[in-house]
This record gives sequence, C-alpha cells and structure tokens, in this order.
Amino acid sequence: MEHEHVFRIWVYLSTSPLLGLTLTLVAYLGAYRIYERGGGNPLLNPVALAIALLIGFLSLTATPYETYFEGAKFVHFLLGPATVALAIPLYRQLGKLRSLLLPIGVALPVGLVVASFSAVAIARALGASRETLLSLAPKSVTAPVAMGIAEKVGGLPSLTAVLVVSTGILGAVLGTGLFGLLRVTDESIRGVSMGVNAHGIGTARAFQVSPQMGAFSGLAMALSALVTALFLPPLLGLSGLAP
Amino acid sequence: MLAALTLLLAYQLAGEVTTLVLGLPVPGPVIGMLCLFVGLALRGGPSETLESTATGLLGHLSLLFVPAGVGVMAHAHRIADEWIPIGVALVGSTLIGLAATALTMQLIVRLMRRG
Repeated sequence: MEHEHVFRIWVYLSTSPLLGLTLTLVAYLGAYRIYERGGGNPLLNPVALAIALLIGFLSLTATPYETYFEGAKFVHFLLGPATVALAIPLYRQLGKLRSLLLPIGVALPVGLVVASFSAVAIARALGASRETLLSLAPKSVTAPVAMGIAEKVGGLPSLTAVLVVSTGILGAVLGTGLFGLLRVTDESIRGVSMGVNAHGIGTARAFQVSPQMGAFSGLAMALSALVTALFLPPLLGLSGLAP
Repeated sequence: MLAALTLLLAYQLAGEVTTLVLGLPVPGPVIGMLCLFVGLALRGGPSETLESTATGLLGHLSLLFVPAGVGVMAHAHRIADEWIPIGVALVGSTLIGLAATALTMQLIVRLMRRG
C-alpha cells in the first residue's frame, strides 16, 4: 500500500515539468557550492558537476532525457535573453573595444578557423564519422548558433549541443592555466581568447576572474557567433566536407 | 526587473523576426544583441534596472547550459563508439584554439605599441 502510494507520487512528478526544472536548479546550486568550497578551482567546474549529478539521478531513476527536458527547457530558453543581455557588458567596454579593434579583428577569425579546423582534422585522422565531423565543426560558438549551423551543414544539432558544452567546460577548466604557461597576462587578451574558444561557459568563468576579462569574453563570444554563422557553412562547403 | 526582462525578450523577438524575414544565417538572439548594443550606444547607456537584470542573468550564465549538457545521455551510443576521436579533438582543438587566439592578439598588440 505504502509502496503504491510512493509510486503514484513518482508517476505524477515524472510526467510534470516541475521535476526537471527543480532538479536542474538543485543540481546547479549543489555543484556551485562544491565549486565555492573548493576555492573556485576551475577543475570543479559547476556546469560539469551539475551535468554529472543530473545524469546520475536520471540514470538511477530510468528517466529519459526527453522527460527531463520538458522541465529543463525553461532554463534552456533563457539562453536567448541572456545572449541579448551581453550587449550591456559589451557597451561598458566600448572605449577599450575601440582601441583594440585591429588586434581583435585579426585574432578572432584566426582563432575560430584554427579551433574549428583543428578539431575536424584531429577527429578525421582518428577515424570519426562524417556526421560527427560536421557536428564538431561549429563547437566553439554558443549553443543556439552552433546547433543552427550543424543543422544547416548536415551534422546532428543535439550532438553539437553536447560538444559545445564539453568545449566550453574544457576551455573554462584549461584556459587560465594555459594563459599562465604562455605568459599571456593581459585580461582583455585572455578574455577574447576565452570567448572565441569557450563561448558562454568560458565567459561565465571569465566573469569569475574579473569583470574586464568577462566583458571581453562576452564580446568575443558574440562576435564569434556572428562571424561563424556567416562564414563557417561556406568554408565547410569549400573544404568539401559539407554540401 | 519585469520591464527589463520584457525589453530583452522584445529585442530577441525583433532579432528572430529579422533573421526570418531576411533569411540570415545568424541566430535571432545574436541580431537582438547587436540591435540592443546599437540602441545603448545611441541612448548613452542602459537604465539602472536593465543593468541589474542583465547582471543577474549573466551572473548565472553557466546554469543555462546545463540542460543541453545533460543531452550527452541521448548520444551515449555514438560517444561510446567514437570517444577517442571526439575526446582528443575536443581537448586538442580547445588548447590549440586558445593559444592561437591569445598569441595572435598579443603579437598584434605588441606590434601596434612599437609602431
């Protein structure tokens, strides 16, 4: 009797969007607390931790991703207005942006092409399928843009979303250490590189380092989305990979 | 806050409509961001509420990527089959891309200072 009661509650919860939404927030808050307790160590990336916690829970309860996403889509939706809101930190850096127009104008396309084509070249050399290669190509830019490009060139948009998030986490985790090794100390340069290669997750990490690094990362991420959306599909066509 | 959120959504909507009408390959929110940026430059800055709403939203930017990341579940099969090329490509290209961007920009900043 008791058991059946619990089962009924579960059936109700697992079909309502409330569960997926609440779980996402609880997992993120828990992950963020662990990240803070660890003194902001980039290895304890809150996005990666939250995803791991959620996958663990969904696997244990045999909940399909689609059911979870019914609730989580409300969080996912906010990516749109958050992208628009990047205009504000960008505006704050307008003066600095003017003086760095040429360095950003050169480094941004260089970084985008190098990141995208090195990913495709490495995966191709190691025997990845064509669909995987096309899903990999737009992985440095923010998820909604990358998914749109994948769809256009014949990749799998949902796989691209996963690759985009993984790339962002890798950039956030490895970025500051790599800049230290390369002796790149300027916050605006670090920010631009983070935004070009690790989009919003790198930008979130950059804002945790300093407002200046965050603003430049946000700027670079927005410009990268624009440049990639315009030029990557024709470039992939020229390289013979996409139709 | 409500007014600021409405404004952000209105810019996003305007961006989406623009991309649909003109058939642009760029996603709507990116166009929305550019329009808002131009708007701010013309107006001379954001209002206090817009500023605080944007700061709040961007302060938890990483939360917004969690639902898409959990989608790795739906691709467990492909990733299990191709985890070596995918893993090496992601780590390699991220490091190469970060280094290429940062070093190129640093080089040009130094050249400009000298010139």
